[in-house]
Amino acid sequence: MTRLTLRVNGATRDVELDDPDTPLLYVLRNDVGLTGTRFGCGLAQCGACTVMVAGRAIRSCVTPARAVVGQAVTTIEGLGSPERPDPVQAAFIAEQAAQCGYCTAGMVVTARAFLEQNPRPSEREVRQALAGNLCRCGSHLRVLRAVLRAAAAMPGGR
Amino acid sequence: MGGQGLSRRTFLKAGGALVVGAGLGRRGVRPAGAQTIPSADRFLGKPLATDAVDSFLAIHADGSVTLFSGKVDLGTGARAAFRQMVAEELDVPIERIAMIEGDTALTPDQGGTGGSYGVSRGGMQLRRAAATARQALLGLAASRLGRPVGDLEVGDGMVRPKAGGAGVSYGELVGDRRLGLPVDPKAPLKAPKDFRYIGKSIPRPDVPAKVTGRNLYVHDLTLPGMLHGRALRPPAVGASLVSVDEASIAAIPGARVVRLGSFLGVVAEREWDAVRASRLLQTRWSGGGSLPDHAMLYDALRAAAVVRDETIARRGDLSALTAGASGLRTLAATYRWPIQTHGSIGPSCGVADVRTDRATVWTASQATHRFQPVFARILGLPTDRVRLIYLDGAGSYGQNGADDAACDAALLSKAVGRPVRVQWMREDEHGWDPKGPAHLLEFRAAMDDRGEVAAWETQAWLPASTAGLPTVPLLAPEAAGLPQPAGRSSGQIQQNVDPPYRFPNVYAVVHWVADAPLRTSPIRAPGKVANTFAVESFTDEIAALAGVDPVAFRLQHLTDARGIEVLRTAAARLGWQPRPSPRRADPGAAVLTGRGIAYIHYKHEETRVAMAMEVEVEPASGRIRVTRVACAQDCGLMINPDCVRAQVEGNILQTLSRALHEEIVYDRQRVTTVTWATYPILTFPEVPAVEIDLIQRLDQPPLGVGEPASAPVAAALGNAVFDATGIRLRTVPFRPDRVKAALAGRAG
Repeated sequence: MTRLTLRVNGATRDVELDDPDTPLLYVLRNDVGLTGTRFGCGLAQCGACTVMVAGRAIRSCVTPARAVVGQAVTTIEGLGSPERPDPVQAAFIAEQAAQCGYCTAGMVVTARAFLEQNPRPSEREVRQALAGNLCRCGSHLRVLRAVLRAAAAMPGGR
Repeated sequence: MGGQGLSRRTFLKAGGALVVGAGLGRRGVRPAGAQTIPSADRFLGKPLATDAVDSFLAIHADGSVTLFSGKVDLGTGARAAFRQMVAEELDVPIERIAMIEGDTALTPDQGGTGGSYGVSRGGMQLRRAAATARQALLGLAASRLGRPVGDLEVGDGMVRPKAGGAGVSYGELVGDRRLGLPVDPKAPLKAPKDFRYIGKSIPRPDVPAKVTGRNLYVHDLTLPGMLHGRALRPPAVGASLVSVDEASIAAIPGARVVRLGSFLGVVAEREWDAVRASRLLQTRWSGGGSLPDHAMLYDALRAAAVVRDETIARRGDLSALTAGASGLRTLAATYRWPIQTHGSIGPSCGVADVRTDRATVWTASQATHRFQPVFARILGLPTDRVRLIYLDGAGSYGQNGADDAACDAALLSKAVGRPVRVQWMREDEHGWDPKGPAHLLEFRAAMDDRGEVAAWETQAWLPASTAGLPTVPLLAPEAAGLPQPAGRSSGQIQQNVDPPYRFPNVYAVVHWVADAPLRTSPIRAPGKVANTFAVESFTDEIAALAGVDPVAFRLQHLTDARGIEVLRTAAARLGWQPRPSPRRADPGAAVLTGRGIAYIHYKHEETRVAMAMEVEVEPASGRIRVTRVACAQDCGLMINPDCVRAQVEGNILQTLSRALHEEIVYDRQRVTTVTWATYPILTFPEVPAVEIDLIQRLDQPPLGVGEPASAPVAAALGNAVFDATGIRLRTVPFRPDRVKAALAGRAG
């Protein structure tokens, strides 16, 4: 049994793991109870499981939970809620930038981390930033518009 | 309903009550969407027949309304559109309408969700039920108010005298009681001039929850006492399980093996432990390994035993193909479409709670009602003791692995006597979801000296579907040796093998062959994507032979005014320059550019779509870049134009992905393209600019939207590549190595 203390969305969470290598994704979904982060491939190929660790977007399906101890983890739930969406989420809602929505949390988190680094991106830069996030429904056009809309709305944005 | 209804109510309630826990137990967050109405089980025992108003809607004492829809929202916007249709006919504010979808105990069986029939059939059933209810409410109000119906008006859930004075609300008139009325197919529908909700781009109710991580997917459902399970598929298709070394997972806390014949699963208290157990479990299998040679896929299809021929179109005669008359030019070509996966971003998931006398299964199935008796038979329970409840899944675009994962969960739950959640891994979804089948189409045409098409012949080789098969056979019962409907299904894959043009002499035949290498199921726009790629590419070949501009050639042979309008609209939007294809480009240029167009009249009776696009082809690398797409669509009445637009966007981008990148490959044992690295799909840097013209027809019935715009995409792409390069691509996918080889062939 491995005991870890995680900081997730500003709260401290103690978890006990059978396997010390348990990926962060499973801990977030099943132990912390934050199911907005999604299993897509387990291979860091699709981006559905993206969360922020210390402000950087990482793939929680291949990141052991123990590797993020002591760092601030932010999930899709930590960015905002339906009642109080963050600027990226608000832009996704305004653009109706989701169909099935399974990839959406990963898109939003990736975009948020990207905009923190590059608050005034070109469309080309947004495309590159999202190149590792797959969508099957074909919501790409709306996602691109939403990220650019969010950039315009965020403090320091264009 | 009498005693039987009460009995059903009692039996199903336990399962349904768990939904309450799912809806409210997540940190006080109640996800939006259909399936999380906490008190849904209060409706158990309600009518379900598709001819009764009460089957489709309930009007509550507080004036709110609950819809019961057998068809579900797969991310398509049905959740908005169905509410709009009912709000319109009932005159109830849309925000007062809740919706329950795809629950076999609560919703009428309106058939599966597919075929682009969600709004045009399912929504229209709801709309007629609402219109019938409105008439009944007027009658009730007339009695209550002591005035003739003609003196009354309806608005915002109230019936009032037109002359003013006190009205009465729906809640007061009905107040949770049943209306007890048959649906009146002739109940008057709102006239377009009176539309308040229909035709408006109302935001979808599920988007805020999806964007903030609060939407409840089947993947997120947690039940008290629930175990996590994984099914272990064999190393080779058709292999039998010989032995299992249970000691190999002894070190994993609580991990258990379930074996039923060759169906093998593991369960554990914790999900990661179930994953580890599935990877560590030592097994021995025998047999299998008899898949055909993938390199010979199309040769095998062409040579396969034909079960029967089906004539799709026959008019005039084909003598021009064989007469050898002077002035006739003939053309022949073969087109190939590969096996493809649905490619859902989330591997399929199902949750089941199987007891000795009943079962509840939560599933992202597109056909809960059809699978209800199938699951009952597999589980050895009466059909009315089995309840399937739809919950959102990752987009499925046909039948992906959702029903298999649900069945895996059901068998594991039955075996261990506790609720079980099974989520497939990535290699399960790519490797084992039922696939869209390969298509092989051969064409011949003759053109006379005036450039007219004197004869057109299509021959298609496609895997036969089993007549009357209710559902695609599932993996788990197959491996376990449990009874289920046997056969094959791929949907209506024979449609649109014949051209939409008024050529005088046409023959189109499908040679149905007995088998296919892998299990099949419907995949978005079943068959129409591949067939339209072939038909509209070959049409382009004829136009090129005739030396006629591709748009002009199509317009010359089209009589349908709505088809002509979408073709002209898409061409105008692209800025189409009339000239024959191919353009005469400098063969030494580093980048060649071209434009192409294609057209579909979906199933020859539904939506019309024209698709035009511009491409750049880089001969040195063989890379195709789609720069612009212009699409025009006429799908009749649009309930929610923005949802329609989203579906068209999705059709375009998903089919570009299928045409540019996608092919399932297998060795003699199993599918080998089981990751996104080996089965790549379209990425953000590749996404073109897309311009869409939607033609609203307020006075026409609604037609399908979820599929049609996918059909002309690959042909428009191939035609644009031909325009740019003079090379005709007849085999999908158009990967760089294939394009490069084709261009090299030209050079040589």
